[in-house]
Amino acid sequence: LDFQILLDQYMISILNGLARGVLLFTIAAGLSLLFGLLNVLNLAHGAFLVLGGYVAVSVALDGTGFMLAALLALGLGILLGGGLSAALWPIRNRGHFDQAILTLGIAFILIDFAHMLWGHDFYSPRPPTAFARSVEILGSPYPTYRLLVIVIGIVIAVAVFFTFERTRFGAIVRATVSDRDMAAALGIRVGLVSLIVFSVASGLAAFGGVVGGPILGVRPALEMEILVLALIVVVIGGLGSLSGALVGAILIGQIQSLGVLLIPAFAPFLLFGTMVLILIFRPAGLFGRNPG
Amino acid sequence: VSPFLVQWLARVSIILVLLVAPLILNTYRLGLLGEILIFGLAAASVDLLIGYTGLPTLGHAALFGLGGYAAGLLMTNYTGNLFLALVAAIAVGAVFAVVTGIVAVRAHGIYFLMLTLAFAELVRSLAISWNSLTGGTDGLAGIPQPTLLPNGEIELDLVGRYYFVVVSVLLAYWLMRRFVDSPFGRSLVGIATNPDRMRSLGYAVHRRMVIAYVVAGMVGAFAGGLHASFTRFVSPEIVTLKISAFLLVMVLLGGVRRLYGAMLGALMVILLREELTARFGTWELGLGMLMLLIVYFLPHGLSGIVDRRGESQRMRRLQFHRSISEPKAPTVAEDVSA
Repeated sequence: LDFQILLDQYMISILNGLARGVLLFTIAAGLSLLFGLLNVLNLAHGAFLVLGGYVAVSVALDGTGFMLAALLALGLGILLGGGLSAALWPIRNRGHFDQAILTLGIAFILIDFAHMLWGHDFYSPRPPTAFARSVEILGSPYPTYRLLVIVIGIVIAVAVFFTFERTRFGAIVRATVSDRDMAAALGIRVGLVSLIVFSVASGLAAFGGVVGGPILGVRPALEMEILVLALIVVVIGGLGSLSGALVGAILIGQIQSLGVLLIPAFAPFLLFGTMVLILIFRPAGLFGRNPG
Repeated sequence: VSPFLVQWLARVSIILVLLVAPLILNTYRLGLLGEILIFGLAAASVDLLIGYTGLPTLGHAALFGLGGYAAGLLMTNYTGNLFLALVAAIAVGAVFAVVTGIVAVRAHGIYFLMLTLAFAELVRSLAISWNSLTGGTDGLAGIPQPTLLPNGEIELDLVGRYYFVVVSVLLAYWLMRRFVDSPFGRSLVGIATNPDRMRSLGYAVHRRMVIAYVVAGMVGAFAGGLHASFTRFVSPEIVTLKISAFLLVMVLLGGVRRLYGAMLGALMVILLREELTARFGTWELGLGMLMLLIVYFLPHGLSGIVDRRGESQRMRRLQFHRSISEPKAPTVAEDVSA
């Protein structure tokens, strides 16, 4: 009987991990693409998610107006992402360190503005009213909202993969990723492509903030937490690889949720340990092009 | 007046100012001056990485915080002895720097940035989640007054702690100066400028970078231990990316690859922080803007600062050749790095 309870716990943990994993994918996919496309380490990516979360706090704290919050956050993210792309344009030929400092500075500015408007409180937006219930899974109640998050995450993943792999625009982006100069020589407007990808990636991150709000909460320092998780995902999956980001996100979601179940205080060690192990044995990540 | 004399006059007057400061400044300002010295030392250790070795770290707060926690925990739980606490801080910093340095230095460019950032986040999340030891988000509030002698005698009040900080920072600064001016330190500059060439000259480039990383980590942890014993408070706030960025901005603003630049940067940035916090109640905005300004207005970018010295020499040689071949347009060699 004990075994049965343990098994149920694991099942719940796996579902929780999946919900976290797909949320992470919406963040990590953008980060990974930006790296592949522009060679940019965007440290403001977590800030977009938190801003999306604050939009949800303002518009949909009680669960009504969830769709509105999602759309507003998407729009805000797209605008800010375009702005960030423009801010990075003058230093596009500089090193990673410059970009890191610039995007980190922008993250500080955005977050400070957010704190001026919303304060330093911990918010937990309610899930949309239609999904504020639980369903029975393996004899224990499970919040339907997490199931919705999993579905949304899968839809986003499918949409991203379809756009990237099956459309003309996706082909242009992939061409730019693999050789920026050649793409430019063929008449592709690299600046425009990067602007669009930046906007979409940031919009997705802000959207993720609204969707993730009821699970992650909206609180100070969340942007760093999420950013580092997304970085770990990207490092594990391989920079610039979408499939890598998906596998990495699912993996990290599972490790995190199992770690919290088994060794709560040292769960961080599990995450970083995984990353270090993968870096030692596959320095370019699971799906990255390893040299040699 | 010879530059040698000016240098010594500057040194003596700085030391004199630091020594008489407790007679002039009130408690708050004295605390601030101590903080400037401590952060200046930490920033100098960042300069050792960025400026001298060419390792752009985003996670030096991890070392600073680890040193702080090591010293703070030892002082709260076992002994108030300052020397033991600082030795513990250095030891913990060295162990952490060796373990993470071997992994991080192997990784290049963007991976190094991400790894250092991730390691710092690991320390931060441990400081928060290991509640029973670290006090979680509240931090360690009950650090006792540190003592100088092992039997618990000579408790240090604020002025005593301040003088201790002055002596330790000057000593550490002098040791770092010796380190960067040694043949080993020179080889680090060579590695930052042209690693392939250093490798072909027979230097163990990777090992030297790891050693530099560990030395910088020990100094950073030492500064963190000083900070904990000086302010008698440690919290996860000192392990945040904000602190790493804070240290970076000090180095970049004060000037890279000259240890005193980091000290100068600490003075400027901390005074700015005080001014902004007093006026607006927040200063992250100012920090962020400072970072933007630095990136946009450094002509060659941040990576340019590392090899600017080498570049200027190349330019000088080029101009020298030109001045020989074209006697009509003699150019004055300009030392950019001076």
